[in-house]
Amino acid sequence: MKAPERYYDFQKDISGCGVFGVIDTKKKLINGEMPIKAMACMHDRGNGLGGGFAAYGIYPDLADKYAFHLMCDTQDALENAEQVIKHYFTVHESHPIPTRKVLSIKNAPLVWRFFLTPKKERPAEVRELGEQDYVVHAVMHINHKIPGAFVFSSGKNMGAFKGVGFPEDIADFFRLEEYSAYIWTGHNRFPTNTPGWWGGAHPFTLLDWSIVHNGEISSYGINRRYLCEHDYLCTLMTDTEVVAYELDLLIRKHGLSKEMACKVFAPPFWDEIARMPKQERDVYTALRMVYGSALLNGPFAILVADSTGLFGLNDRIKLRPLVVAEKDNMVFMSSEESSIREVQAELDRVWMPKAGEPVIVHLEA
Amino acid sequence: MSKKVTFDAQGVYYRQLNEQIRAAIAAGATEVILKNVNSQRYIAGAVDGPIKFEINGVPGQDLCSFMRGPTVRVKANAQDGVGNTMDDGLIIIEGLAGDVVGYAMRGGRIFIKGDVGYRVGIHMKAYMEKLPTIVIGGKAGDFLGEYMAGGILLLLGMFSDKPNEPIAGRSLGTGMHGGVIYVRGGVPKEQVGPGLTTQPVDEADLEIITALVKDYAKELKLDAKAIMAEPFVKIRPFSHRPYGNLYVPA
Repeated sequence: MKAPERYYDFQKDISGCGVFGVIDTKKKLINGEMPIKAMACMHDRGNGLGGGFAAYGIYPDLADKYAFHLMCDTQDALENAEQVIKHYFTVHESHPIPTRKVLSIKNAPLVWRFFLTPKKERPAEVRELGEQDYVVHAVMHINHKIPGAFVFSSGKNMGAFKGVGFPEDIADFFRLEEYSAYIWTGHNRFPTNTPGWWGGAHPFTLLDWSIVHNGEISSYGINRRYLCEHDYLCTLMTDTEVVAYELDLLIRKHGLSKEMACKVFAPPFWDEIARMPKQERDVYTALRMVYGSALLNGPFAILVADSTGLFGLNDRIKLRPLVVAEKDNMVFMSSEESSIREVQAELDRVWMPKAGEPVIVHLEA
Repeated sequence: MSKKVTFDAQGVYYRQLNEQIRAAIAAGATEVILKNVNSQRYIAGAVDGPIKFEINGVPGQDLCSFMRGPTVRVKANAQDGVGNTMDDGLIIIEGLAGDVVGYAMRGGRIFIKGDVGYRVGIHMKAYMEKLPTIVIGGKAGDFLGEYMAGGILLLLGMFSDKPNEPIAGRSLGTGMHGGVIYVRGGVPKEQVGPGLTTQPVDEADLEIITALVKDYAKELKLDAKAIMAEPFVKIRPFSHRPYGNLYVPA
């Protein structure tokens, strides 16, 4: 492939990725039209090389099953992945993810969906693992060892949908207007350092975790090695992948609160720590010492969702935009206020959160 | 003779909208009313001359970039990059504004009623009669006036959504080597950038602040007296053109 003639004369939109998220704290379902419209409003933040969405509450009839979404280059890859799945799980349902033909979506992989429960008789080599570690192990196994097959969603009653294209086109491809969810996140990609391929689109997920990210994780190498020591293998060739696995490691496995995990990702500066009261100072010092390798360096605005809620976080010097807005039981988080106004003109409150200070929204029990 | 045009921006892509605006101005329009604006970038960008704009709705990035002369009133919040490298004119934001307001601004004035984001007034510069000026009614994020080389930043901290935050974020004025930052009340010492200190204002400063507040209050229908009821402090650079001799020693 060769760069086009006089490419430097082309009109170019100045872009950065775009993120959008919405949660209804009372679990009222929001139709896919809303996040699609909001993302389309930020069309120019991406360049057509990645779009995606995560949705929570979309599989209520199969809410106790792990919903695996797979993308596979070939039928063989899918069959090989299915062998692995059957090694670990009982398959309750297996079918193609519903899609429609979209002119702008080219070279789509096979996308398949399995609803699973861990086998009663587990394979001997992983019998000792807790259930969620067992699921993580299976995801890592497929993504690492089965050529051309990737699990891009593995939670319960949630799903990620992503690929190469603008988000509104990816939504059209996956027929997302047919889904309703109580948490949605969306992403419009402008890849800078890594390839624009299907697996590299956002969201990145593991179990119920999903993350969309505008920015660049400059500490990717350190984070990746750190995760590797804890049996998380990065296979998707995009920096944001490390955040999904760090969330799982820090919050699910190490029991940190979301607040604490955010302070690992975006810790206060040392001079701020020095001015804190002793107890706080000790906590933040310990966090920086223990989790130095999990610190996320570089610019980021991230939206993270799981089965309990949604949170947004900026890097500690706010090198990417993030706006939060409230309307009744809904909370919106976005790169641009206009994308929120596009779907909810009247808002109770709009503000820009402080750098490094998470905005955490919990679903009501 | 004034000639008013109104555009409904609902669902209009920013290129078409800005083309329509430029064509109307070329045909003699002096006042442009925009309705249902949402997300359109570069509105009033590079527009030259005393044109009046009224923007209803949230405009997109880089509002009024490279603008020279117009008066632009936004009857809503604004996003990032307002007044990027603007040269002359007046922008009034009746709500809050995002990051990098007045980036590399070289002239004109920006009045914002509410809070602003990070890196506001970064790299502002002044030259001869050009004196870029930003007044912020609310509070500011980190790096306000970073690398500032000229102009005036006036921070009031009054009309803020963030009662528990300091009036300015950290690294206020870091690397500034020209211009002045005025702050109503005071700033916690740790928020001020390395080597900088706050000083009390003198008579000449107060004269500048009073005149500026008068215009600001008038445009945003606020009480100038109430704004002036507190003392002000100023932050000035401790060096002047520190790299002036780097390439061409004098």
